[in-house]
Amino acid sequence: MTYVRPKFRHPELPKNKLGYTLSYYEGALSTLCAGCGHDSISAAIVQACYDLDIEPHKVAKLSGIGCSSKTPAYFLSNSHGFNSVHGRMPSVATGANLANRDLKYIGISGDGDTASIGMGQFVHVIRRNLNMLYVVMNNGCYGLTKGQDSATADAGSKNKTGQVNLFQSIDLASLAIELGATFVAQSFSGDKQQLVPLMKAAMKHQGFAFINVISPCVTFNNNVGSTKSYDYVREHVEATGTLDFVPMMSEITTEYAEGSTEHLVLHDGSIIELHKLADGWDPHNRISAINAVQHAKAKNEILTGLLYMEKETTDLHDMLGTTDIPLNSLTKEILCPGSGKLKELNDSLR
Amino acid sequence: MKPTDIQNPEYFHKVVDCQYACPAHTPVPEYIRLIAEGKYTEAYMINWDSNVFPGVLGRTCDRPCEPACRRGRVEEEPVAICRLKRVAADNKGDVKQHMPHGPFPANGKKIALIGAGPASLTVARDLAPLGYEIHLYDEQKLGGGFMRSQIPSFRLPETVLNEEVDYILDLGIHTHFNTYVSSLKEILARSYDAVFVGSGAPRGRDLPDMEGRKEGDANIHIGIDWLSSVAFEHTNKIGKKVIVLGGGNTAMDCCRTSRRLGGEEVRVIVRSPFAEMKASPWEKEDAMHEDIPIIDNHVPKSFVVTDGKLKGMMFEKVHAVYDDAGKRKLVPTGEPEVFYEADDVLVAIGQENSFPWIERDLGLEFDKWNMPVVDPITYCSTNKKVFFGGDAAFGPKNVITAVAHGHQAAISIHLACEGQDMMNRLAPFVNLTNMKMGIHEWSYDSMVVNDERYVVPQADKKITLTNRKQEVELGFDRLDGFKEAQRCLNCDVQTVFTESKCIECDACMDVCPTSCITFTVNEEEHDLRQHLKVPAMNLTQDLYVSDILPTKRVMVKDEDVCLHCGLCAERCPTSAWDMKKYFYNVTKAVNACQQEAIV
Ligand SMILES: Cc1cc2nc3c(=O)[nH]c(=O)nc-3n(C[C@H](O)[C@H](O)[C@H](O)COP(=O)(O)OP(=O)(O)OC[C@H]3O[C@@H](n4cnc5c(N)ncnc54)[C@H](O)[C@@H]3O)c2cc1C
Ligand SMILES: Cc1ncc(C[n+]2csc(CCOP(=O)(O)OP(=O)(O)O)c2C)c(N)n1
Ligand code: SF4
Ligand code: SF4
Ligand code: SF4
Ligand SMILES: [Mg+2]
Repeated sequence: MTYVRPKFRHPELPKNKLGYTLSYYEGALSTLCAGCGHDSISAAIVQACYDLDIEPHKVAKLSGIGCSSKTPAYFLSNSHGFNSVHGRMPSVATGANLANRDLKYIGISGDGDTASIGMGQFVHVIRRNLNMLYVVMNNGCYGLTKGQDSATADAGSKNKTGQVNLFQSIDLASLAIELGATFVAQSFSGDKQQLVPLMKAAMKHQGFAFINVISPCVTFNNNVGSTKSYDYVREHVEATGTLDFVPMMSEITTEYAEGSTEHLVLHDGSIIELHKLADGWDPHNRISAINAVQHAKAKNEILTGLLYMEKETTDLHDMLGTTDIPLNSLTKEILCPGSGKLKELNDSLR
Repeated sequence: MKPTDIQNPEYFHKVVDCQYACPAHTPVPEYIRLIAEGKYTEAYMINWDSNVFPGVLGRTCDRPCEPACRRGRVEEEPVAICRLKRVAADNKGDVKQHMPHGPFPANGKKIALIGAGPASLTVARDLAPLGYEIHLYDEQKLGGGFMRSQIPSFRLPETVLNEEVDYILDLGIHTHFNTYVSSLKEILARSYDAVFVGSGAPRGRDLPDMEGRKEGDANIHIGIDWLSSVAFEHTNKIGKKVIVLGGGNTAMDCCRTSRRLGGEEVRVIVRSPFAEMKASPWEKEDAMHEDIPIIDNHVPKSFVVTDGKLKGMMFEKVHAVYDDAGKRKLVPTGEPEVFYEADDVLVAIGQENSFPWIERDLGLEFDKWNMPVVDPITYCSTNKKVFFGGDAAFGPKNVITAVAHGHQAAISIHLACEGQDMMNRLAPFVNLTNMKMGIHEWSYDSMVVNDERYVVPQADKKITLTNRKQEVELGFDRLDGFKEAQRCLNCDVQTVFTESKCIECDACMDVCPTSCITFTVNEEEHDLRQHLKVPAMNLTQDLYVSDILPTKRVMVKDEDVCLHCGLCAERCPTSAWDMKKYFYNVTKAVNACQQEAIV
């Protein structure tokens, strides 16, 4: 066995504002199949966190069960993590987030983990607008259990054994928009140019950010006739527009023809620059977003890019009016202000 | 950029940095792997084929390979390539059985070799098995040239040298030792089919016009003459206080030898700044370890002689000033001259060629520096029967360069004797072998070890300074040799890319620990270098570029800091990347003549 990642890195590896190189954001060497799309998504997360100068110890990675749900082991080794039960990542994320709102939450799930066993959890976490990034690594099958069709496999799509899927697929992005998600995007593991800025924007979004990433399973669902293979996806993607992420306070340098560019301002002042927008699509309009996805679908195309976004949202903490302080920092003095305060309170009720 | 032509044998050769830098292109990683496997005899023979003197070079080589070693680009120190060669030599079994055995059927051709240094000995080794009758001339009593007369035995024991010289002489060479050749014309008249001049650069520079030079002559010695007189045991002592002038390797050998012949206060005094001295860093370290101070920025002004006896020398202090073009000038500091005491002074300020024995009417042209005009590919002079190599060809270099010249000259001589065109030289022998054995299984140790360079143990100074013949370095033992060998990155195990298989999943790009691989839009080299995952700023290292892939991008691999770990190939789902061992061997005289086409 020689499967070990060497210690050496490129000596000229640049450093981010925190003085960390990209390698500080790496995880263990992946044990997924060689060429799995999920690994590319992990690499995009590493890149996004490095670019955003995120302190790894301020991140929690949460996942369910599946090859996709294994990936948190393969990125951000210096972050917190919880590998939960199949389909139950949202509950764990909700609990963790309520206990400590200071961390960034990255939930990783698969199409099986989300669209089958975890569907109940998924819809509720959207409703609650939990402040997190929820990534589905969508390969149209249960990779870990050897490639059975999942609920996102398209009707008519052929699996490796030649079986044609008879059932309608669940379109997770449409569903998320429908249920009121405040940031919805779709992408392809093979297109980091698009995926990395989307990840960054999603991590900057205050509220529930959902990215459905088509991620080919090289071993069980990369065959001819599958609608989730590298070749098929490459031939059928269409983007809502090309996009750049411009962090807060930086200068916008690229210039585009008048009218073809739109700047979407995020909660913290960062900007998503969209160019060459799809006709008749307005990223702030839920109905137009649904229409755009459905139109593309009707043409057998997969619409990628940012689909829908709300700038100012009310997340779960805001709705519940919880304390600003993470529970682990609530001291006895704050929690037990003493008999004087109790008396004050009682008196006020008299 | 255009797609890389990996069919060109030089492309992958250049990736094997050490082998490429070695003048004789020794297949370094191949022998290092053999050492790790404990196959010392095989490792020795790989060396012997390429560099003829593995035991000698494993102790004394100038090691141009080590500054080139890739490992030095990812961590502090390169692999101890040179000292690993010695491990092979020290631990080898019976190597003679693998060498050619005479008597060889004569081919009727006679060759004269002038000088018995490494260049001539290489020619002899390469040509003898082809049936040439070889006559080797040297004014010294034994073969080896400067390896014997100059390199001191505390760096190179005589037994090691004798063994490797004898492997060659035993091929049936006719030796004419103690024979100074005083006329090339006379040699040519003896109807040799070719004459090879490997007479070295035997004249040491002097300071003939310096004040006090003549008066102090009895205690002023030319470094290389003095070293050879020590080597041949004509000299066995020196004064207590010694000044060695010069900053090259000869100066280092002079000062260290002085310490062994009674020199107590030995100083090296050199004009240039310490960092710019010609001596290799390890030679300077070894000298300082033997309590020899190196005094830099001092220009010799005069020998001080009182009552006919040398007392010391005066020096002017200087400092280095550099003009815009980076050219150095030594400018006096203006301080008063300084005096250093000395009983003896060794002048080691350089060597020159000298060909008093070559007549100038032989159709053999000399240039304005009085150097023979020699073709850098064929090593042939303007007299088609006379060839040059080693220090005699282009001035003083080192043993491995002399060997490299010898191989090429031997090819030319063989081609000429066979009536073929000397420029009709065969490409190197190359072979690309698949290294995949299974999942996570390669037929080389792809795992990169983190160990730092191991230090070669040395004998106690108390012993080495009292016995001139006691070798200072003891060499790695087998275990340290193994561990040092494991530091090699196997740069000859090439990453080979097949674009038709690539599905552009990016797995290789994501997994590569040293960010070598980028999939991007194609551009001109200059721009492409800027736009890689990590910009490729080491221009001496090539970019490996694929043809256009389906998504209109190209695969670009910066060869610079690739660890040859094989992870790209492990993570590639389609084997678009593969690890293949590239064996490259310079063609030698034995294989130099194209076979007549069989009709
Ligand atoms: C002090 C010193 C230390 C060195 N240390 C190293 C080292 O550690 N490593 C290294 O790689 N290199 C070293 N070198 C350089 C190296 O020794 C030479 O570059 C190398 O030996 C050149 O080989 P060659 O075959 O050209 O000739 P040489 O080795 O110089 O041999 C030439 C031979 O020709 C003979 N000769 C010359 N003219 C005639 C004639 N007319 N008739 C008969 N015989 C003749 C000479 O006696 C001599 O034996 C050192 C050199 C010096 C001076
Ligand atoms: C409660 C429970 N039910 C079933 C399983 C078996 N199981 C493991 S992974 C998996 C599906 C995973 O599919 P997906 O989330 O798409 O992940 P992928 O492997 O495709 O990335 C199933 C059904 C389980 N581990 N736990
Ligand atoms: S690591 Fe090994 S193969 Fe690579 S340059 Fe160094 S010695 Fe040569
Ligand atoms: S062998 Fe492949 S993975 Fe390893 S360093 Fe070289 S290019 Fe990168
Ligand atoms: S891992 Fe293989 S298939 Fe994937 S991009 Fe690299 S070379 Fe191409
Ligand atoms: Mg799946």
